[in-house]
This record gives sequence, structure tokens and C-alpha cells, in this order.
Amino acid sequence: MTVMATAEAETQVCTDPVIRNQWHAVADLDEIRRGELRTLLLGEPLRCWIDSGGAARAAAGPDREIEVRTDYGYLWATLGKPSGGVFDVPETREHDRRTLNALTVGIEVSAPRAVENFLDMAHFPYVHAGVLGEEPHTEVAEYRVEERDGELWAFDCLFYQPRAAAASSQAVLAEYVYRVPHPYSAMLYKSSPTDASRMDAIGIFIHPLTATRIRAHLFISVLDDVSADREIRRFQQGVIAQDKPILENQHPKLLPLDPRAETPIRADRSAIVYRRWLSRLGVTYGVIPAAEGVRT
Amino acid sequence: MSGEAERRWHPVASQYDVVPRHVFWGRLLGRELAVWRADDGYVNVWENRCLHRGVRLSVGTNDGRELVCRYHGWRYASRTAGCTYIPAHPADAPARTICNRTFPALERYGLVWSGEEPDGEPPVLDALEPGGAFALRGVTVRAPAEMVVDALSRHRFSPTDLIGAAADGNGPGPGGPVTVTGQDRYHVVLRAESADGGSASTAVFFAQPADADRTVVRAVLAGRPAPDSRIPVWRHHNTALTQLRDAVEAEARRRPPPEPMVAAIEEVPIHLSEVPEPAPKGRRAGLRVQVARKWPVAEDVAGFELVSIAGQLPTFQPGAHIDVHLPNGLVRQYSLTNGPGELDRYRIGVKLEPDGGGGSRSLHENVRVGDVLAVSEPRNNFPLRRDAVRTVLVAGGIGITPLLAMAQALRHQGLDFELHVFARSEDHIAFAELIDGLGESVTRHIGLSPSETGAALESVLAGPGPHEHVYVCGPGPMLDAARRIAAAGGRTDDTVHFEYFANPTDIDDSTTFTVELARSALSLEVPAGATIMEVLRANGVEVSSSCETGACGTCRVAVLDGEPVHNDVYLNDTEKQQGGEMMVCVSRAGGDRLVLDI
Ligand code: FES
Ligand SMILES: [Fe+2]
Repeated sequence: MTVMATAEAETQVCTDPVIRNQWHAVADLDEIRRGELRTLLLGEPLRCWIDSGGAARAAAGPDREIEVRTDYGYLWATLGKPSGGVFDVPETREHDRRTLNALTVGIEVSAPRAVENFLDMAHFPYVHAGVLGEEPHTEVAEYRVEERDGELWAFDCLFYQPRAAAASSQAVLAEYVYRVPHPYSAMLYKSSPTDASRMDAIGIFIHPLTATRIRAHLFISVLDDVSADREIRRFQQGVIAQDKPILENQHPKLLPLDPRAETPIRADRSAIVYRRWLSRLGVTYGVIPAAEGVRT
Repeated sequence: MSGEAERRWHPVASQYDVVPRHVFWGRLLGRELAVWRADDGYVNVWENRCLHRGVRLSVGTNDGRELVCRYHGWRYASRTAGCTYIPAHPADAPARTICNRTFPALERYGLVWSGEEPDGEPPVLDALEPGGAFALRGVTVRAPAEMVVDALSRHRFSPTDLIGAAADGNGPGPGGPVTVTGQDRYHVVLRAESADGGSASTAVFFAQPADADRTVVRAVLAGRPAPDSRIPVWRHHNTALTQLRDAVEAEARRRPPPEPMVAAIEEVPIHLSEVPEPAPKGRRAGLRVQVARKWPVAEDVAGFELVSIAGQLPTFQPGAHIDVHLPNGLVRQYSLTNGPGELDRYRIGVKLEPDGGGGSRSLHENVRVGDVLAVSEPRNNFPLRRDAVRTVLVAGGIGITPLLAMAQALRHQGLDFELHVFARSEDHIAFAELIDGLGESVTRHIGLSPSETGAALESVLAGPGPHEHVYVCGPGPMLDAARRIAAAGGRTDDTVHFEYFANPTDIDDSTTFTVELARSALSLEVPAGATIMEVLRANGVEVSSSCETGACGTCRVAVLDGEPVHNDVYLNDTEKQQGGEMMVCVSRAGGDRLVLDI
């Protein structure tokens, strides 16, 4: 009998160069403006603070100062040598948008499981009943997934939604576009309820504390001049509060990359491509890599 | 996995953990288990993990017949753990056998027993009488089983009589001797006496090895305490076991922690790990069943209940049929009428067709209770979508059978539906008692002439609302009328689903043509008088089939190039025009060449 190993001893320190060389969103800048943050990054202690000159800084391990960037309202830190900056989010340059960190939430799960959940439409009627989906409207129509310039994109994603955003009041067939620019971050775009010609953007930027524990930052950039920040936050908080117990009940917590570990269906096309992409990038942290020689 | 611990039966829950409509989260030898009781009493012990994305099934819903995963709503049937419905693809019958891992389960002494690969039976203990045993609540101890068993051999408690008599119910009672009267690696039998020797009680303490460092003590008293002393007895043992737990845990903390047990999760079969789904091949009678009951269910209709001879019957979905291989060599298709989760037997209804080929006559006249029949696994070419806001089921005569399965599934799930039953007389309604059980949703149309039937269909099928689906099964003329009326009323082909009993089409098989098989790079001549299916099989190419008359849809194949002449009654008009699929048992080429995706 061939088996999948499920031991998930928490990897203390990440040795995966692909993940060490990424920028990781470790904090909302407002959070460190309120005071020094002591946390973990990839299993190592991490300290983030604003220095007297007003610059954001971070130190890993006992006291090793590491490179940081501030983009889109977050502090991004790395334990390695990234080849460039943080992926581009062009929406942040459109000045009529409301851009904010809707919330930061700790979840006992690996980063890739959380990304997959973010890309998944089929769970809307079950996990977000009455909000992002509603029985019996459970069908996931065929959609396209493409790789473009090293990022994954899913197009033509249509789903019946009773209340797709804070500003919507009636059921719509919502259209989504998904984008995965980073192994631990993803974006989604959906038709804005207030301006049908443009799209609202929502991002999940994950701060990997360890291989199986994360903080997820929900980034929002919307064309909504009706809802107060508080309402937008409450809407997203409600959505994440529904996902959290499901994510924390996934077993194993690490995402298995062996195709025979779980059973995909057509609706999971984006997850299948995402898993293959992680394998191809050589990611080993937060996942159970496929055994040598297994076609992924 | 073949150590002694894996080959034994262990308790995994108390019977009162496994209450109706609940899923209990059990643990044995490092493996998580979902333990749940169906409404018919059957106890299921499954791997606690949805095959789709690994979510624990213990956070799902036990609807009495099926377990529904909380993440994407996949449904798994009681007994087989086979997946019956995938909501993201409502039009697809899960053709693939997606089946969760099940473990054996037995109830004894108020406990549910299971194991990895247990031999024989759960232990039988002379100290415990099957009916008189009284199981207490499990106590979890963070220590290895052998430490717990060792401590249990020195455990002390008072005889039941004394506890019952103690005024406050908490007092340990006057201490008497406690002796070990039996013991093995996973249990200890203790006999407690009062100081004066006047009363005595025996209890068995089972140690359930949940993990390397975690053991659940499940105590079973020989003899039920009187009802008014149950709570004091329970408290007394709970206090005593809590003391034992604290002492053992303190000791365990002083030792190095044991290696955790790693329970292997089985890989899913290779064909499930990829998205395209191969269908089972050929017309095979993979199952042997025994006729457990045969009875008249309506005028000229016999009901049959078929039970498995060995093992569990496979999962089915509403709308599914089985091929029945008859003693006279004929093969006939019959729809299953079962409701969801009814997997202890298959129930079919057979109408006597005096002018048929002799299939129904053989079943009516020759097949008796106790006979063994060969049948195929259930196959579903008439899948029920459950994403409709309202579902209209229209049955003519014996066409009730697949719709009865659908109606029970819809009713059980609380979805809105109506069932219209057309029959010559009340006596011609098959399975009338099951139909009565569907209550308000049923409308009976009795003894109508063809024109009255048309008028009734007009009103039933009038005014389609959004997200409505119609399913029709019955005699050919009624189906034709229903399809015409539905189309005239504005219903689209993809919302009207039908199942014919037989294909009345006259087939012209005088043409000859070539079929090219794109995947196997074969090019074959189909001569006049032969079907594509016959030619494929003669050349060693496997094709699934069931009715082989163009009615059931099992042999459908994708057409890549060329124009088929459709002789079947399975595809709807839109699908026939598109020409993307054909039934190779009866359909042929319009030109001299077809390219098929096989
Ligand atoms: S994880 Fe169970 S239905 Fe998707
Ligand atoms: Fe979600």
C-alpha cells in the first residue's frame, strides 16, 4: 500500500530557498506604527518597528537586521535575496479607489492551503451561505487558467452570489478574475457593484509564521464611496470568520502536492494548476512535496 | 500496518457519543475517525477526512442517511462511504467511484468497536453480560496505553450497591479489597468488594490507544445500576478515574515523550487524481445478488429486493439503473427506486411486457426468492441536478421508478419538487406506499385519455420559472408529447431531462463507412448490418454499454469530426444538432467517415 505521510512536525526554520527569497507581508504598517511587533517569520523570531527617523525596520533571529520594503500599506520582509521588488498591484495607482487593510487574522493552516481557499468558488454556497453563495446555486461553470509572465491567472469565473460585496443589495451572477503573483499571495478582481465597467480588487497577502501557522492580511481596493470603512471591514471579517474553522480542519495542514493525495474536480482547475506551479517552482515549505519521480 | 495493535478491535466511542444526526470525532492508533450513526441504526466508522480537500468529516453534517462535507457539500452514503453528489457539477453523475475509507464497526457492551485491520471479533468477556453491561463516559489520559493499563491494575473503586446507598453519592464508601480478575494489553477486569464482603461489583476498564501518548479509558460495569443511583455511580467512577488520570499524567511527564503514531492515509486511485474521468468499460455483471423479496407492487408489476451475497452493495445515485442478467441470457435495465443511503438492498420494479423479448416474463415467472442474479454496478445516465429552485418530476406508468429515487432524494434534502404520477388506474401505481410517503408533493393523474394526458401535461409544464428542471420517464408517446409541450412552453432542452424505456427508432443499417479512433490511431470499416460498437469490440476496443439499443446513454462517445446519424433517443435535439457526441450502439455515419475520441 502506498501512503501519504502526514507527520507535520512544525518545521522550526525554513530552509526552502524559493520561499526565503520572497518578500512576505509581515505587518500592516498601521500595526507597527502603534508599537513594536514581535512575531515569527518562516519559523524564526521577527521584530518589526518604526525607527526615530520614521523608517520601518525589521530584525530576524536573535538580532539580524533584514531587508524590508513598504508597499501597498504593508511591511514586506525577506530572509533571503529577492530578485526584484514586490509584485505590482496597479490598482494602487488609481486614485479614486479606497485602499485599505480590511483585517489581519491568524489561522492555524499552511499558507498554500489558504491561497487555495481564496481561489475556490465551489465553497461559497456552503461556507458563505447567504453572502457569497446560496444553495441550490452550486454550479461552478468551466473557466480558464493561464500562466502569464510567471503568474497564474483564472478568467471567466462566474458564480451566483446573493450579496457579493458590502455595497451590493441583490443577487448577481458575479464575474471573477483570479491572479496568483506569489506562492503565498493572491488577488481577485470582481465587477464592482457601483461601477460595472471596472473591477474591485481584493488580495490575500500571507505572513507565514511557520509552515502551518499564518497571519492573513486582507487587502482591499474598491470603487465604493457608499460603504464606510467599518462596513467594508465588517463584511470581510464576516467572510474570513467563516473560512477560518474550515481551514483549521483541513488535514494535513500542509498542502500535498502529490496529485494522488486528494481528489480534484473540474471546478478545482485553478488549484490543480497552482499545485503544479508550486512543484515546478520547487517550493518545499508549507507543502508536502510530491515524491521523487511523481508527475505532478 | 500489521502490528498486534492494528490487528485488534478497540473501542472508539461510547454508544452515547454516537447520537442521531451527530458526527463523533474519534481517534485510534494516531488515526482520526468520523463515527456516525445513520437513521436506520447503522454505525459508520470512516477516515475523518473528505477525499476532496482533506476537511475533517467530523465537522460535516449527518443528515441521517448521508454525511455532507462542510467545505463543498460533497455527499457520502452511509455504509459504503461512496460519494453520491458533487454540487459544483450538478449535471454530472459522479461516474468515478469516489469512496472514502471505511473501517469495520461493531457495537458491544455499550461501546462502538473498530480497528485498522482487526481479526475475528471484539473481545468477549465472561464478566460482562451483553445486555446488562453499563458503559461509563470515556476519560482521556495523556499517557501511553501500557502505562494506563498498568495503573488500572491498581485502580480502586467501590461496589455499586455501596455508592448507591451513600447519602451524598460522592463518598467512596467503606473501602474493601479490589482484585484483578483478568487483564491483557488493553484491558483490566477488576472486582471490588465491600469491607464486610457483603457486596461486590465487577467492572472492565478498556484502554483505547488513541495515539502514542493518549489513551481513552472506557469503563464498563457488569450490571446496570438502579436508575436513581446512576448519577452517583457515574460520579464515583469519574472521580476515581480523574485521580488515576492525574497520577498517570504526572508520571508520563517525567518520561521522554513517545514517537507519535503516524497513521497512513491511503492515496486516491490514479484515475481520480486527474480531472478527466474514464467510465467503466464493457457490459459487465460485476455483482452477485440474491432475491430477498418478490412481491406485487401494482397491476402487472413485480417488486424485487436484491441483497448482496458478499460485501457491501456499491453506492448509487438517484436516477441510476442496473443491468440484470437473466437466467435466459437476456440483459435488461431496471432503475433503482431506493432513497438516499438505502444501501442494504436494491429495490427495482419490473413491469410484465407480454410482447417484450421475454426479459420481464423471465423475472415474473421464473425468478424466485432466494435465487441469485448477476447484475452490473449501478450506472447513472439520468442524473438529478440539485441546483434547481424547483424540480418537476413526471412519471408515466412504470416510469415512476427512477423518479421515485429522485423524489426521495429531493425530499430528504428539503428541496422543492412536484411529482406527477400518470397511471391507468390506482391499481397501476407501483410502490404506492412509497409515493404516499412523499405527501403533498405528489399529484396523481388517473385514467386519462391521450388528449386528457396532453392537457394535463400542458398545465404541469406551463410557465417555466427560473432555475427549474423537468425530469420525465414513461412510455414513448407520452415522452414525445412532454418534450413537445415543454419546448412550446419555452423550456430549453438543457432543462428537460427524459429517460426512454426503449428506442422505437427504425434503424437503417445498410450504410458502410470508416471510423477513425483518434486516441488509439486505428481506422476501422463498419460494414452494412454491423454496428460501430460491434466493430470496435471485434477489434479489441473496449466500450461501455448497457441497453445497446440507444436508450440509456452508457455508450456515448465524443465525435471529433464527421457527421453522425443519430438513431438513439438519449440525446436531446440540441445535442443531436451539435453532433459532439453519439451512441455507438445504434448511431451511424452520415458521410463515409467519422473521427471518434477513443
Ligand atoms: S473538502 Fe469536502 S467537499 Fe471539498
Ligand atoms: Fe471562503
